[in-house]
Amino acid sequence: MDKALIPDGLKRCPFPIFALWLLALLAVIGWGVYAGLTVLLKGLNVTGLNNYFGFGLYITVDLAIIALGAGAFFSGFMYYGISRFFPQLKELGKIINLAVIIGFCCYTGALLVLLLEIGQPLRGWFGYWHANVHSMLTEVIFCITCYAIVLVIEFTPIILENRKLDQVKPLHVFGHSLHELMALFALTGTFLSFFHQGSLGGVPGVMFGRPFAYRTGFFIWPWTFFLFTLSAMASGPAFTALVCRLIEKATRKRLVDHNVYLMIAKIQGGLLLAYLIFKGMDTLYWALDTAPSFGQKLTDFYRAPYGMWLLFAELGICGVIPAVILLTPKARENNHLLFLAFFLDCVGIGINRFVMTVQAIAIPVMPFDEWAVYVPTWAEWAPCVAMLCYGAVIVSLSYRYLPVFPQEKELNR
Amino acid sequence: MSGNGHSEHPESAVRFGMVIDLDKCTGCGACTVACQQENNIAFRPDESNKLRTISWMTLYRLENGQDYPDHRVAYLPRPCMHCDSGHDAPCTFVCPVNATKRDETTGFVNHIPVRCIGCRYCMVACPYHARSFNWWDPKWPETMEAMLNPEVSPRMRGVVEKCTFCHHRYYRARDAARAAGEDPDTVLYTPACAEACPTGAIVFGNLKDPHSEVAELSKDSRAFRLLAKLHTEPKVIYLSRHAWVHKQSDNGL
Ligand code: SF4
Repeated sequence: MDKALIPDGLKRCPFPIFALWLLALLAVIGWGVYAGLTVLLKGLNVTGLNNYFGFGLYITVDLAIIALGAGAFFSGFMYYGISRFFPQLKELGKIINLAVIIGFCCYTGALLVLLLEIGQPLRGWFGYWHANVHSMLTEVIFCITCYAIVLVIEFTPIILENRKLDQVKPLHVFGHSLHELMALFALTGTFLSFFHQGSLGGVPGVMFGRPFAYRTGFFIWPWTFFLFTLSAMASGPAFTALVCRLIEKATRKRLVDHNVYLMIAKIQGGLLLAYLIFKGMDTLYWALDTAPSFGQKLTDFYRAPYGMWLLFAELGICGVIPAVILLTPKARENNHLLFLAFFLDCVGIGINRFVMTVQAIAIPVMPFDEWAVYVPTWAEWAPCVAMLCYGAVIVSLSYRYLPVFPQEKELNR
Repeated sequence: MSGNGHSEHPESAVRFGMVIDLDKCTGCGACTVACQQENNIAFRPDESNKLRTISWMTLYRLENGQDYPDHRVAYLPRPCMHCDSGHDAPCTFVCPVNATKRDETTGFVNHIPVRCIGCRYCMVACPYHARSFNWWDPKWPETMEAMLNPEVSPRMRGVVEKCTFCHHRYYRARDAARAAGEDPDTVLYTPACAEACPTGAIVFGNLKDPHSEVAELSKDSRAFRLLAKLHTEPKVIYLSRHAWVHKQSDNGL
């Protein structure tokens, strides 16, 4: 049965090994589900959150994972949208399926964790029903849901390409028709994703009572709106490339041309540099103008354990270094450096999301108030780790049973 | 029936506010206890974790940072500021489900627990830490259950709550005025904290009425607001004759 499902002409590891791998992942997912149920049944008192830290690990991981899932929308935009002007971008077709699958995992996983995040999960639908059009979170709720639906639509034809499913005529026709329409969905997804990545940045940026997070901006959008979108574009495809490399290492196979990695490197390098320039300007303006206008100075915001090192780690080690590597032809030719740069790029975006959510609220705004430190509990770690394992399950199943990489056969002859 | 008056009186001349005289406050905590009792605020058997307690009126201790004999202490009671900034309060602006809104007729920043989804975005947005989250199911000792205030609904686990300026007392006063054939729009009332304060440090009333005590005090030379630089425009105004207290009201003032 297992063999019959594997794409024609491709080799996969023996089923028992695959089953063991899945079992290990499912065990971790079970741990996460147990933690999730504990949160739902007992309430958020089992987490490390408190009245100072309304936002914590769940939100940080959600923001980071959604940024890294941006490979789906941005690769789709480049492949389906602008490749007609820049034909070399057609190369991305070799990795676009993986980008969609990763995007699907990231978004659906984030939605699951978000369910735990709210104190009254049964009222989750209020977000659509009683929507406050001024709230950035409303925009996030609508866009994430719509975009998750778009990702399901994008993932469906890939699933229908499974050898067995493809033999069913109506499914074949349906999948094929969806393929034809994919450009339309990819561009709808781009539009939605652009807005909600931005709105996620708007969440901290509009809090005018929180000088660390607050940013001035353009019309109703704080600068963080644009920075979040740009940073997601600068890290999403890098994450896709990183996962692809991981699969290559685990399966000891080549799955995409090296050229694809190099192209992603160039694109990511350019975007990361642009992001760093804008982020640098934003940080300077905030440090020299916005914060002082609220009576605070840069050093007020950085205290142990959330010290200045976070700023250096985010913008220096995980910003400037990967940008330099990715933009230097010699350096990016070196595989170790190339994937190190991708890795640092992704970590940097994670730090940024952490800083904008957790550190932003650790800082006491009232001078006589206290600086707080937040330590997540197992009930927060478990669902987050489980979400990653959920992604690994989907990617593993997809790799085994679906023709995810069009080049696989020819590269492993 | 109590109404919020919003649709009835969109042009109302009422803006309820509070003045707290820190020179009179002794830090006795009567306001916080009265608030707790009046508003059915639940508590835990062990309240030592102050980051998880529910407190609508928090008492802060301020110090001037000097050694004896120049050491000075002041107490600052902090209810919700019922921010009045033009583009809405920091909390109402961000709530995705309209569970917290400013009543433009009275200036109350209201909160509807049964609509709140507990996302805590409002808590994060509030620089005054005026909102608390219900981490546990609310519980009172059995004997206390009988003493709960029937005018204030207890809040359930998983939602946020905060000071309402005891607006149930306002609606009660409006109802009484209607019953007596008087104009409900002119009623005044006193929140529990102001009523309980033994030194009379808390004064409450209509800031828009230039002859009210609260409006006059708000123009006192000792008056200041917390974090004025953030432009949240609090409707709670503090009084102090001490420069070092003023200095702590706003970073680097
Ligand atoms: S916690 Fe409740 S009141 Fe606060 S923003 Fe969320 S839904 Fe609105």
